[in-house]
Amino acid sequence: MADIDIKDIIKEENLIYTKPKVITDTVMHYCPGCSHGVAHKLVAEVIDDMDIQDKTIGISPVGCSVLAYNYLDIDWQQAAHGRAPALATAAKRLMPNHYVFTYQGDGDLASIGAAEILHACNRGENITVIFINNAIYGMTGGQMAPTTLVGMKTATSPYGRSTELNGYPLKITELIAQLPGVAYVTRQSVHTPAAVRKTKKAIRKGFENQDKKIGTSFIEIVSTCSSGWKLSPVKSNEWMEEHMFKFYPLGDLKDSEKESEESYKKYIE
Amino acid sequence: MAKVRGAIVVDQERCKGCGICVVACPTGVIQLAKQVNGKGYNYAVMDKPEACIGCANCGQVCPDSVISVYRVKI
Amino acid sequence: MGELKLMKGNEVIAEAAIRYGCDGYFGYPITPQSEVMETLMLQKPWETTGMVVVQAESEVASINMLYGGASCGKRVFTSSSSPGISLMLEGISYLAGAELPCLIVNVVRGGPGLGTIQPSQADYNQATKGGGHGDYQTIVLAPASVQEMNDHVGLGFDLAFKYRIPSLILTDGVIGQMMEKVVVEDQKPRWTDEEIKEKYGDWATTGKQKNRKGNIITSLALESEVMEKHNIHLQKKYREIEENEVLFEEFQTEDAEYLFVAYGSSARVCQKAIEIARAKGIKVGLLRPILVWPYPKKRVSELADQVKGMLSVEMSAGQMVIDVKLAVNGRIPVEHFGRFGGIIPSPAEVVEALEQKIIGGK
Repeated sequence: MADIDIKDIIKEENLIYTKPKVITDTVMHYCPGCSHGVAHKLVAEVIDDMDIQDKTIGISPVGCSVLAYNYLDIDWQQAAHGRAPALATAAKRLMPNHYVFTYQGDGDLASIGAAEILHACNRGENITVIFINNAIYGMTGGQMAPTTLVGMKTATSPYGRSTELNGYPLKITELIAQLPGVAYVTRQSVHTPAAVRKTKKAIRKGFENQDKKIGTSFIEIVSTCSSGWKLSPVKSNEWMEEHMFKFYPLGDLKDSEKESEESYKKYIE
Repeated sequence: MAKVRGAIVVDQERCKGCGICVVACPTGVIQLAKQVNGKGYNYAVMDKPEACIGCANCGQVCPDSVISVYRVKI
Repeated sequence: MGELKLMKGNEVIAEAAIRYGCDGYFGYPITPQSEVMETLMLQKPWETTGMVVVQAESEVASINMLYGGASCGKRVFTSSSSPGISLMLEGISYLAGAELPCLIVNVVRGGPGLGTIQPSQADYNQATKGGGHGDYQTIVLAPASVQEMNDHVGLGFDLAFKYRIPSLILTDGVIGQMMEKVVVEDQKPRWTDEEIKEKYGDWATTGKQKNRKGNIITSLALESEVMEKHNIHLQKKYREIEENEVLFEEFQTEDAEYLFVAYGSSARVCQKAIEIARAKGIKVGLLRPILVWPYPKKRVSELADQVKGMLSVEMSAGQMVIDVKLAVNGRIPVEHFGRFGGIIPSPAEVVEALEQKIIGGK
């Protein structure tokens, strides 16, 4: 067995994986190990693979990913807190041949923006929604989110989320899956190489569904927030596997076309 | 029999030393350096380069897209 | 050219928008302006011009759809009435911050709170002083007839795109619900992305091209220095608009010894009041701002050298009167007369107020 020098491996022609073209050189402001970085990269890889940089409009939220527009080299609109699906509705309706996606956290999507996401999905807007659920408000310093698990300690639930005080964590993805306007609902994660590959497929499918005009595609990515959870990045992934996945199980919730008016008529007759 | 050898290049100044690649590597190639970069992070390095199979797991899980992966068949 | 029609003010807003080549409407029902969306839905412009019409789930969603559409460089508008506009203010602040051209129609009703569905002008301060958070302005057009409802749609869009600023039509239930004859313009084509780029520059999110960086529409600047610079830029733009775009109309001011200042439906009441007053020998005229922001400060100031007193007539507890007083700067008496809560003042009441507050007050 002939050995080979490292220098002979590290050559342009042997490169099999690197930063996607659509990711800019700007250093991301995210904390070490933050899931946002991987989620951004996967969206960028899909845009690269589909060669749709010139036709993609991103809508960034309020929250940690408010500055997503600095990291993906596409045209962006930065939305008011929770309103990304409203922006996306207009953008997609006015430019139906463009790919429009929102990128939202759990505070943005499931709390202040609950109405906008439900109604955009209910109208069956042909958009892709990337929903980052790390069960906490990261940007403002780790407050309780609608998706915070029962018993989980945050800055505004310092003794742990109590159902009496705060109600239950909101499974908004399950709610969305009930809507006839929605084509594809899936819950994924990005904590292992296998999970990353699955999530990339899901995002790709979400974007391809826009070509088919079959309704909204909704991709939840169960994520970590090391700073908010006060754990190391590696420990955060372990904690997520142990606790988050129990309440937010991974997998597809819906994979179909949006229901037609014909199928609705069956209910009312 | 063909054997696969790989190597990674880490953008050390941009690496935040989260260590997720260390866990993701199936052959234990990567460790965090004892030294720190300009931002004060212990960046990822190839600790056992001879074990790298170029599977790109580390690159895929890297939140900051700082790992490039190379692979050859020998 | 054009076409003569008999229409309601609200209906003509919809008709004018379609004929202007507007790209999209996003709205939510509220009295007294629901005819705007109803007319659009009846007309189905998506089948003719390709204009998009969406009934949103709330005013909050409507204004943010406007933000999304305006970000694409499209000519989009919404309409609502006072409580709905209050809900939109966050979005309007974002639109102003991100310098997005668009048109917002406020068919004002009486407040505060849920108030009344009857006409009012009590949203003047909200409209002309920004309204939402931060230092910003919107261009505010104040139509006084159904014809002007038609004309202000085009004017509002033209100014909005010229300065990359939201335009707001500030009208009320009188003008919105009233039927008058109106000449509507011939159908114009909608602009293509290329025409927008040519006319107003390549700033919109129409897809990143190889010859430019990604276009980013945002109102966020985390560094204070950058935010201050942006504010200075906005203020400079607002001064430029104040310099160039003032629009007003005068009635019988040539020989006037007294002056009514009024906009929108109040100005119509004042025209009748002038007739009554002049029959009594009182030489009174009217200054009617057609745009209430930018405000005709200079002209008000000039007229203060001519007349003995001014009466600001508004269907509010006295909001525009402050702008009149600022322009007059204490040189002559300036008073306010208004009915509010949905009441329209009668011309006789206005004359009486002039006699008591201005002439008698001397």
